[in-house]
Amino acid sequence: MMDLLLGGVCKAGESKKLETGKWRSFRPVVDRNKCIKCGKCADYCPDSCMEIKEDGAEVNLYYCKGCLICIRECPVKAITKEVEEK
Amino acid sequence: MEVKELHAPGHRACPGCGCAIAVKIILRETGPNTIIVSPTGCLETFTSPIRSSSWEVPWIHSLFENAPAIATGVLAGLNSQGNPNGTKVVAIGGDGGTYDIGMGSLSGMFERKDDILYICYDNEAYMNTGIQGSSATPLGAGTTTTPVTGDSFGKMVEKKDMVAIALAHGVPYVATASIANLADLKKKVRKGMDNPGPAFILMLTPCNVGWGYEPEETVELARKAVETGLFPIVEFENGNMVSALKIRPVPVEEYLKPQKRYQHLFKNDKFEDVLKAIRKKAEDNIKKFGLA
Ligand SMILES: Cc1ncc(C[n+]2csc(CCOP(=O)(O)OP(=O)(O)O)c2C)c(N)n1
Ligand code: SF4
Ligand code: SF4
Ligand SMILES: [Mg+2]
Repeated sequence: MMDLLLGGVCKAGESKKLETGKWRSFRPVVDRNKCIKCGKCADYCPDSCMEIKEDGAEVNLYYCKGCLICIRECPVKAITKEVEEK
Repeated sequence: MEVKELHAPGHRACPGCGCAIAVKIILRETGPNTIIVSPTGCLETFTSPIRSSSWEVPWIHSLFENAPAIATGVLAGLNSQGNPNGTKVVAIGGDGGTYDIGMGSLSGMFERKDDILYICYDNEAYMNTGIQGSSATPLGAGTTTTPVTGDSFGKMVEKKDMVAIALAHGVPYVATASIANLADLKKKVRKGMDNPGPAFILMLTPCNVGWGYEPEETVELARKAVETGLFPIVEFENGNMVSALKIRPVPVEEYLKPQKRYQHLFKNDKFEDVLKAIRKKAEDNIKKFGLA
């Protein structure tokens, strides 16, 4: 934790320390063979944690809260859900 | 195609938050040379718990009621230094902060013709404090202060028309946008920023906790709101309508039924008049803006 500066100023993007992935009860799993790299999942992900890589979409599970919007919005049904085992 | 988002992960919005989608897309368009101002509300709370921030651009919060005045001050500060980098000021506030408590402050910002883009993310209630009704809560929707019990059917009156209110102030750029149509949203953010003088954009951002639906349905519900005619996508320049998104209207029930806040309307015949009024609202919008 950083010290609080005058006026409550803090560093940009400091939230990245928080592992919101711990909140998840379902995990989205991308089938890279089906993914057409359209980017819709990354556009609609509220948690800025879906990235489109060379060979398809990739979930950053450190942050993914498991809302499953990406599954709902993927036009080719390349993403499915799995129950998160903890 | 990797994008570094200016709205960082690790923020504390509920899973499936419509506002979080909107903010990420807005920042993609504003870019880093922007100062964001927010009133109190979910957005402020989930992006800035003490000692943390999910903003990768300068961002400031002061009070619930004064975001437009703070934005004016930020702009005045920039201008007093000649604003050498042409930094833009954008305010993003909730419906409570916009339609209700910040209304006087916003009216002043409009009147002064300050060069600020004000974006309202409308989740149709005071969500951050536990779903109290605001003047953006629509007719028939249940909230903790517009209860559903006995003969009470939720909000008893229509929501305020913020677009008309902005237009009545002579705001040169006024538009509505949807998180189900991101290209259009980005285009409007760009126009609102480039337009000299004030600009106002109203976005409907579904909230699964407050509306009572599954988190994965957020974008789908935003889409249905548009397709039913209940949330028209329109754009005005200097008071003239310059665009309206055409729809092939679907029944309002497709939007209402998945939401718990409207369930009572389908369980009891005595609320048929409320459903009729909601259907009429959609029809009136379709006629008024030539949507179909
Ligand atoms: C003057 C004042 N009154 C009340 C509050 C308590 N309060 C904090 S956030 C909030 C609700 C904000 O609602 P809205 O603007 O719609 O944003 P949302 O939380 O729905 O995103 C309220 C009532 C406050 N912070 N300041
Ligand atoms: S929406 Fe589906 S097809 Fe498009 S990039 Fe994401 S996983 Fe791939
Ligand atoms: S489940 Fe939700 S948070 Fe996780 S990657 Fe998909 S859209 Fe993002
Ligand atoms: Mg609200």
